[in-house]
Amino acid sequence: MEMPAPDARILSRKAQVVQRLLTVLPKDAVIHEEAETRAYECDALTAYRCPPMVAVLPSNTQEVSDVLRICHQEGVPVVPRGSGTSLAGGALPTADCVILGVARLNDVLETDYDNRIIKVQSGRTNLSVTGAVEEEDFFYAPDPSSQLACAIAGNIAMNSGGAHCLKYGVTTNNLLGVTMVMMDGTVVEVGGAHLDAPGLDLLGIICGSEGQLGVVTEATLRILHKPEGARPVLMGFDDNEVAGACVADIIKAGVLPVAIEFMDRPCIEATEKFAKAGYPDCEALLIVEVEGSDAEIDEQLSVIMDIARSHNPVELRESKSPMESAAIWKGRKSAFGAMGQINDYMCLDGTIPVSQLPFVLRRIGEMSKEYGLKVGNVFHAGDGNMHPLILFDANKPGDLELCEAFGADILKLCVEVGGCLTGEHGVGIEKRDLMFDQFNPEDMEAQLKIKDVFDPQWLLNPAKVFPLSVTETRRTPIAAE
Amino acid sequence: MMTLQPRSESDLSEAVASAYAAKTPLEIVGGGTRRTLGGPVQAADTLSTAGLSGITLYEPGALTIVAQAGTPLAEVEAALKAENQRLPFEPMDHRALLGTEGEPTIGGVVAANVSGPRRFQVGACRDSLIGVRYVDGQGTAIKNGGRVMKNVTGYDIVKLMAGSYGTLGVLSEVSFKVLPDTAHSSVLLFEGLSDVDAVACMCAAMATPYEVSGAAHLPVGMDGAPVTMLRLEGFEKSVAYRAGELAKALAHFGTPKVESDPDKTAAGWRYIRDVEAFAGQPGDVWRVSVKPTDGPKVAAAVGAQGVVYDWSGGLVWLLVGEGTDIRPALAGIAGHATLIRASASTRAAIPAFHPEAAPLAKVTAGLRAQFDPAGILNPGRMG
Ligand SMILES: Cc1cc2nc3c(=O)[nH]c(=O)nc-3n(C[C@@H](O)[C@H](O)[C@H](O)COP(=O)(O)OP(=O)(O)OC[C@H]3O[C@@H](n4cnc5c(N)ncnc54)[C@H](O)[C@@H]3O)c2cc1C
Ligand SMILES: Cc1cc2nc3c(=O)[nH]c(=O)nc-3n(C[C@H](O)[C@H](O)[C@H](O)COP(=O)(O)OP(=O)(O)OC[C@H]3O[C@@H](n4cnc5c(N)ncnc54)[C@H](O)[C@@H]3O)c2cc1C
Repeated sequence: MEMPAPDARILSRKAQVVQRLLTVLPKDAVIHEEAETRAYECDALTAYRCPPMVAVLPSNTQEVSDVLRICHQEGVPVVPRGSGTSLAGGALPTADCVILGVARLNDVLETDYDNRIIKVQSGRTNLSVTGAVEEEDFFYAPDPSSQLACAIAGNIAMNSGGAHCLKYGVTTNNLLGVTMVMMDGTVVEVGGAHLDAPGLDLLGIICGSEGQLGVVTEATLRILHKPEGARPVLMGFDDNEVAGACVADIIKAGVLPVAIEFMDRPCIEATEKFAKAGYPDCEALLIVEVEGSDAEIDEQLSVIMDIARSHNPVELRESKSPMESAAIWKGRKSAFGAMGQINDYMCLDGTIPVSQLPFVLRRIGEMSKEYGLKVGNVFHAGDGNMHPLILFDANKPGDLELCEAFGADILKLCVEVGGCLTGEHGVGIEKRDLMFDQFNPEDMEAQLKIKDVFDPQWLLNPAKVFPLSVTETRRTPIAAE
Repeated sequence: MMTLQPRSESDLSEAVASAYAAKTPLEIVGGGTRRTLGGPVQAADTLSTAGLSGITLYEPGALTIVAQAGTPLAEVEAALKAENQRLPFEPMDHRALLGTEGEPTIGGVVAANVSGPRRFQVGACRDSLIGVRYVDGQGTAIKNGGRVMKNVTGYDIVKLMAGSYGTLGVLSEVSFKVLPDTAHSSVLLFEGLSDVDAVACMCAAMATPYEVSGAAHLPVGMDGAPVTMLRLEGFEKSVAYRAGELAKALAHFGTPKVESDPDKTAAGWRYIRDVEAFAGQPGDVWRVSVKPTDGPKVAAAVGAQGVVYDWSGGLVWLLVGEGTDIRPALAGIAGHATLIRASASTRAAIPAFHPEAAPLAKVTAGLRAQFDPAGILNPGRMG
């Protein structure tokens, strides 16, 4: 993966930049010694690393504004960072950049149960947002698997999803407002505790913009009351196609499960070895979870089980207790870990129309043989967001490159059948060079023009999302004097 | 004066490209049922999307529908109904309120981000919209999003197009995530609550696990007395159970009547959705968006002739004397006010859309200049 060469003129002014940053931040919030900047050299896409020139850790919106104003004047690129769990390299630095980490911005500013909102600083972790309202039986719905670590800032930048988004939507559907600092230091309030925008839906374009339009420092989020209960059912099939048809029938029947998770044979086998969840020996496994009171759950599950039976499952197991529910989820939750036990893996994130599931799984199986690399599939079947996990050996020369080529082919396949490159992890650097497979030059130009408005000098996270060749003329190579 | 009626997206591209070359402003019309909304458009020529009609793809098992922008909303809703599905956001019909005629189009619904009572539970039109194709102000056809419900590839222009009132581009095709229609619906009706108590009751209902999908209050109900409405939807047994639990949880607001007759409940929510209370009534109509507990403050500050609360109190419809600018009265309450119905002279004098703070207005102007450099798409509608 190519990154732009660092600008020597910026590097030569490092001391001056640090000096100026120290005028607006406490000493411990400006990290510039080489040994220490290394802590920010990568996110969860660990194959790519590069320590930044400087990292700063502001504690409030004013400090963020001061930092951005200085970087804007100095012509220094800025890469915003939440918790660094991006799987796409969204928070990967360049050697001439300032990493702006929001980890110290982690307060709850307001909880309002009547209006069902919480206002937090953006560095707060996803799970601790729910933690702040749990006492009153409320929760924040989007639940990425990384929720213990990832920050609301990163969730907003990536428009992150989770296992329960079939019912509750993703970040953009649960975000009501942000305080954001523009690259020149201007602080803007977009949205708030009310619904809908007064004019253009600027919040809608900010969410999912991968840190390229502004630095989000505060967010107003929708919170919901917890459901009375939830219960899963597990079903096994001896054919992927049948499992796919079962998913479609459940959806058509008018029940809306909170989650429909799918695992294929390689993944089932790996998790059985690792977690011993007692999963059946079969080609495809579905976990379907519904919510409500006991009686409501019984009613929905009876509809779902009838549909499953009409597809001749090899196994149909309804949870009868919290312990059985945990057992059903155990394998699914350890799937990534189980695959990781076998080898290094790369996690893809393309989305496909649900109707294309059987075809895509078959093609991935064929490609796996062609490339000689194993793949396990575990994903959110209700919304078609696939997570193929390609196994490779990082110590074997050429294996990473082979794996990346295989991954690219899978993502192209997702686009070909009417889907997209990424359903929730974002483009970052990882899928940057595949963007032309999904967008033609005009589609892409329309997006670039939006960044031109928010960040005319292209200083915010400039080397991400779009192929470097298309952004080259826009990225400022010349630092202001 | 000319009406352009392209029959395909490439026709549409050509039509807009020529208008761009000649710097001729265009008024974009779908069904024309909400044409009087927003500021008056300064354009002699009209571009109709009526020729871009038809459902292009519908996969009930994937909860996805794609239609050309000029497709009548009624056609989309009928196709969904045949499969027991629906647009989750319950789009409002503006015809009675605005006194307009014609067939609302799905593109018009998106261009105005039209949503109804269910919006506060399942989101607005923009939340169900998963893909758009549009032609920008230079005639370039552009796509964003697609037909899958999880997609974070590139910027989410889909959201930006929803509610842009044709000022950023002419939509040619729109895709939605849809939801199963519900088998059964009941409404809990509380009578005689003050505005403040009604909002407290609705907020308390929303703070339960019972999945209330409509919460509205009429200070003057159909029979003249205040009525507060809470809607539950789903399987019959589940609705009955939740109605019972909700009534218990809200007992201190009174004993609600439970209405389950399908025609009556549908009529009740249509009355709220389409603001029927103000249809045919003299006066201007405003739509104010605030946090729910501020709803009664809005009504009190404005002193309106008529008030309808939806979205648990967060959406306040106001009927006021002709030519009244209510915004000064709302100073200090966070949110925004849109002028929905007024005479042409009032609409020329008072901006329909709430003025934005200076730095956001600059961004908005910048975006419009990028999407429509010659300013030929619906000039005047959004200022
Ligand atoms: C100030 C204002 C306030 C409104 N408030 C509400 C509200 O509170 N609740 C609500 O539910 N609805 C609201 N609406 C809108 C609703 O007006 C829609 O306009 C309606 O869905 C239109 O359907 P139609 O096909 O009849 O569209 P038309 O009346 O023909 O067009 C509606 C608007 O969309 C534009 N438009 C139509 N088709 C396209 C297209 N294919 N591409 C781009 N632009 C297009 C038109 O130029 C026009 O501005 C509001 C509109 C305005 C302007
Ligand atoms: C084990 C594991 C499981 C995961 N599971 C999921 C999952 O289920 N669903 C899912 O969607 N994702 C998942 N992810 C991906 C990742 O956790 C999300 O993308 C997350 O939202 C990133 O948050 P972060 O705070 O770590 O952001 P970072 O990695 O720090 O940054 C991510 C992006 O956000 C930008 N950014 C950070 N802060 C700001 C700010 N203040 N203002 C503007 N932009 C900013 C960065 O520049 C970068 O582009 C998973 C990751 C891991 C490692």
